[in-house]
Amino acid sequence: MKTGTLILTVAAQMLVPLQILFSLFLLLRGHDEPGGGFIAGLVVAGAFALHQFVNGPEATRRLLRVDPRDCIGIGLLLGVGSAFPAWWQGEAFLTAQWWDVLGFKLSTPLIFDIGVYLVVLGSVLTAVITLTEVDKDEA
Amino acid sequence: MSPEVALPILIPLTAGALSMAFWRSRMMQRLIGVAGTAALLATSLWLFASVQEQGHVIMNAGGWAAPFGITLVADHLSAIMVLLTGIIGFAVAVYSLPTIGRGHETFGYYPLLHLLLAGVAGAFLTGDIFNLYVWFEVMLLASFALLILGGERAQMEGAIKYVTLNLLSSVIFLSAIGLLYGLVGTLNMADIARRVALVEDNTLIDIVAVMFMISFGIKAAAFPLFFWLPAAYHTPPVAVSALFAGLLTKVGVYALFRVFTLIFNQSVDFTHEILLWGAALTMLTGVLGAAAQFEFRRILSFHIVSQIGYMLMGLALFTPLALVGGVFYILHHIIVKTNLFLISGIVYRLKGTHDLKKLGGVYKAWPLLGVLFLIPALSLAGVPPLSGFFAKFVLIRASIEAGEITITVIALLVGLLTLYSMTKIWAEVFWKKAPDEDSAAKRVAPVSQRHLWLMILPIVGLAACTVFIGLNGQLLYDVAEASAAQLLDPQGYIDAVLGEQP
Repeated sequence: MKTGTLILTVAAQMLVPLQILFSLFLLLRGHDEPGGGFIAGLVVAGAFALHQFVNGPEATRRLLRVDPRDCIGIGLLLGVGSAFPAWWQGEAFLTAQWWDVLGFKLSTPLIFDIGVYLVVLGSVLTAVITLTEVDKDEA
Repeated sequence: MSPEVALPILIPLTAGALSMAFWRSRMMQRLIGVAGTAALLATSLWLFASVQEQGHVIMNAGGWAAPFGITLVADHLSAIMVLLTGIIGFAVAVYSLPTIGRGHETFGYYPLLHLLLAGVAGAFLTGDIFNLYVWFEVMLLASFALLILGGERAQMEGAIKYVTLNLLSSVIFLSAIGLLYGLVGTLNMADIARRVALVEDNTLIDIVAVMFMISFGIKAAAFPLFFWLPAAYHTPPVAVSALFAGLLTKVGVYALFRVFTLIFNQSVDFTHEILLWGAALTMLTGVLGAAAQFEFRRILSFHIVSQIGYMLMGLALFTPLALVGGVFYILHHIIVKTNLFLISGIVYRLKGTHDLKKLGGVYKAWPLLGVLFLIPALSLAGVPPLSGFFAKFVLIRASIEAGEITITVIALLVGLLTLYSMTKIWAEVFWKKAPDEDSAAKRVAPVSQRHLWLMILPIVGLAACTVFIGLNGQLLYDVAEASAAQLLDPQGYIDAVLGEQP
């Protein structure tokens, strides 16, 4: 299902990479400032949805490489998993843990945010792609 | 740091996430289903043991101290409820293996099952009133999806009533939390309890109390807003209705027990009087509704309603003995009710119908099943020496001691009518000659021996629990007594959560 609109095709070529980059920016910025996993997930889902409207669901599946449903599963695991490292330190579950890796600050809230990011991406895309495919089958 | 308070929530969440990650493999999902619920059962035993030892087990999630963060609190009542969640969850997961179809499994039956268990355990363990609301919503979400999985017409019809009324209840709950927060400025239940005593205007507190009562009353399927339950519970697969029957309404009852002992205990004459009448009418309408039904699971559904009345009666009388009776009743009821639903599933598998008029001759063909039915059925009706007898005995004795003759008479009458209902099922399903042997037998696919054993195993386990409770009444009575003592001593809860204060 290609739309064939020249303007949309050209715009999408530029917008999709920008949106994906912007979503990563939002994701990493989110701990103390506006941003975070949920909003970043919506932005990246928007990027893939746009790609799909231009190039059709098969192309988007190829671009994504993994099934969106796998994103949901892995995201949920990361989200729940971020509760556990505190246990190892003998602190209450969900207590934020910070690690300094090569000058970067890594933390369990970041893992949680990445989890949310993947869940939002996965669930929005599952819905959008399924709807398009059903639509195509009926057309 | 006591990990056992949080693990009953985190384990089902992890198991649910894992089975989402393995959505391609039915085998893995089934494995995780059984292993996850077994782990839940194990941690709930751990929690139960450490509550016996310490009284209150507490964890401040994220390390944020009470009353600012979310506190998880387990006292005796919570620990009992979580233990029952573990037992029922495990039994239902095993029962699901042969009974849940491929279609349900690929559409996420197991992740939803885990999510539901996490919601239930979360509601039992949280010490924060807004967090309680969140767990209620988690539970509602999962239960709604489980209810419509399969998408048959009757399921949709039941689900609409179920969702509409439960959303109404959530709205009232949320408004009540808002009002309460406006009055006392905190969401931590222990802190609320401490500050409610300082509020001068008792009328406002009473209004909020009644709002909580209506909201939890709907969730618990108490009179007058109970009709969503019999409309919905007979439509999904049997494993799902068994899980709902055992756990969902009891979360509402638990919330009533928690809130009306800890927070709203300042005008008992007003609030608990309403509860008492609600309890009486719930018992009566439930049992009368059941008498008019001729569908196996519908009869059982109406009996859930009438049994909820007994539990509320224990809370409403508000004497130590009555609370013991109420807790004992919950304990006994969850196991018995789930078991009866599971048995209705086997009968359906063997005979292909839930309609009492078309059933018959089950005892002749499968005498073991008949015996397995009699244990929970007679227990439900309160025949000694099974678990239901002690539960009813304690409650009725408490009501006589409290001098409430009307409710005593109603409770006894309802017990008798329950026996009538159970005899009706026994006579129609097991005893009478099968009406039209060949027409019923033709429609049913033969059940493999292995599947049948997987279905019978949880039933035997739950029946063993019922007999165990009956034979070791004293042991369970002590547990119920300890939790009643804690419920009547809100100061102990407050001190445990907030620390001793001057």
